[in-house]
Amino acid sequence: MSPVLEVQGLRISFPGPDGARVIPVDGVSFSLERGETLALVGESGCGKSLTSLALLQLVPSPGRIDPGSVIRLGDTDVLALRGEALRRIRGRRIGMVFQDPMTSLNPVFTVGDQIMEGILAHFRMSRSTARERALDLLREVGIPDPAERLQAYPHQLSGGMRQRVMIAIALAAEPEILVADEPTTALDVTVQAQILEVLDRLQATRGMAVLLITHDLGIVAGRADRVAVMYAGQIVEETSTARLFANPSHPYTQGLFASVPRITGPLKRLNPIRGSVPAPAAWPSGCRFRPRCPKAFDKSELEPPLLPVEPDHRMRCWLAELDGTRKP
Amino acid sequence: MNPALAALQSAWRRPRGRTGAILLLLIATSAVLGPWFLPDPLAQPDILAGSLPPGLGHPFGTDQLNRDILARVVAGARVSLSVALLAVGLSATIGAAVGLVSGYWGGLVDTGLMRLVDGALAIPRLFILLLTLAVWERIPLLALILLIGATGWFATSRLVRAEVLRIREEAYVRAAEALGARRRHVILRHLLPNTLGPLLVAATLGVGDVILLEAGLSFLGLGVQPPTPSWGSMVLESREVLVSAPWAGIFPGLAIVITVLSANLLGDAMRDATDPRSA
Repeated sequence: MSPVLEVQGLRISFPGPDGARVIPVDGVSFSLERGETLALVGESGCGKSLTSLALLQLVPSPGRIDPGSVIRLGDTDVLALRGEALRRIRGRRIGMVFQDPMTSLNPVFTVGDQIMEGILAHFRMSRSTARERALDLLREVGIPDPAERLQAYPHQLSGGMRQRVMIAIALAAEPEILVADEPTTALDVTVQAQILEVLDRLQATRGMAVLLITHDLGIVAGRADRVAVMYAGQIVEETSTARLFANPSHPYTQGLFASVPRITGPLKRLNPIRGSVPAPAAWPSGCRFRPRCPKAFDKSELEPPLLPVEPDHRMRCWLAELDGTRKP
Repeated sequence: MNPALAALQSAWRRPRGRTGAILLLLIATSAVLGPWFLPDPLAQPDILAGSLPPGLGHPFGTDQLNRDILARVVAGARVSLSVALLAVGLSATIGAAVGLVSGYWGGLVDTGLMRLVDGALAIPRLFILLLTLAVWERIPLLALILLIGATGWFATSRLVRAEVLRIREEAYVRAAEALGARRRHVILRHLLPNTLGPLLVAATLGVGDVILLEAGLSFLGLGVQPPTPSWGSMVLESREVLVSAPWAGIFPGLAIVITVLSANLLGDAMRDATDPRSA
């Protein structure tokens, strides 16, 4: 089966001080099959959000997608699109749910207006038909009293309701791919669960492919089919969710798992990863995780490629070559 | 909630804003309704009687041609206010359009437009107006309005551009773009409504400026032409009788002061309401 979305060697650069270019996303490749959920996992500042914005050529100025990067939507070469052709795929082929529902809605228009905006940007229809569809969408994302909510302004809704509205807006033009960038980060835990449940249900009923961007491994489990772990602008480990949870191999991934508190088993001190993600201008040479890695060794001074760990499981670490040393 | 409405509403809660708004409303109402109850501002009942001091028949007195000053001040309000509103409306529109395009497009378009504005701001407005108005023997009122409007948008365009640069980075603008909203749509539906607050403040303060400007031009004989009454030209005409009939100049002068002051009070209160830093 051919993937609905294919990203190859995506590189995003910004002009840095003294003429050099800073490269916050450096050679990211992944693909997304129809109906599949791919989770892109990593800490803040690793380039996840920028990667998702690049899918629709929305990288904020003065950043740019470097030549050589490939983004394909089915047969469409996204990076070759300009103007009207580009606008037609935004929202129509890929819908986006943003992180913060508090700021992603325009405060001066009603919820209904903003959903209809997404519908009317892509379909020729009367405003009253668009209103009907907006009503259906609100119903679909589980908003009570949808007819009344259509007239509401964003400030009259709770955070969870607003995120539901954002999802309705992302679905307005019936995209085949939904990109959810930290969709639950700004919400409290009970609301998070409800929003995730809405996303799961929509994916099942509409057969959409989902790119789920998150830093929360708990959201990934039981939801994503595949996981790509990002660190410092690169994918450092990629495999199926089951394999990743059974056998996290990259020291960074292992660090992420060690940072999650466990409810079962003896009570132990949490073991977070030392330090924080360096700024894109200060990425170390060789393996980028080297300064924070408890397992760094001589060869880490060379930059590792993605190496096979087991079938359908690759990581960007030289330990993959030294079988046996990897496992404790 | 519409930011322009919100600014007006919270200005109303401030004493300054309320004073300004009430005075402006009074002046506007009397300008609209007054002429129906007052004598003809052009009538010269008894030209030989000369200027009469304020009294029962003429509350503000009469001028040297024995015309009723109250009637002329009220008629002048019509002229002055409509010139100010139309000219400010024109410059707010041009300024908003230029600012929106400049701020949203960015790049060369932005650089080009803003250098043009820099250049225009370097030339004193009064100088441009004096030069162009001197072309006419009798300046048409429409030309006066268009010229004042066309020379008043430079600062407004900068203000709107600055707002657009800020709003453009808001998540909802990115969200609209990600949904495939057209440029025109983003500009008219997302950027423009959110710049209305500051735009309204600038326009209100602009009304005061334009009234002063028009009065100044009329005083120089380059504004509203006689016999059409305007506050500036009334002050000009009263110069000859300043000592013998001071009321001929005092009342139109007071009208200018009160109107400009009210516009500034209201504009100032709205600015405080929209800009928390200066409150």
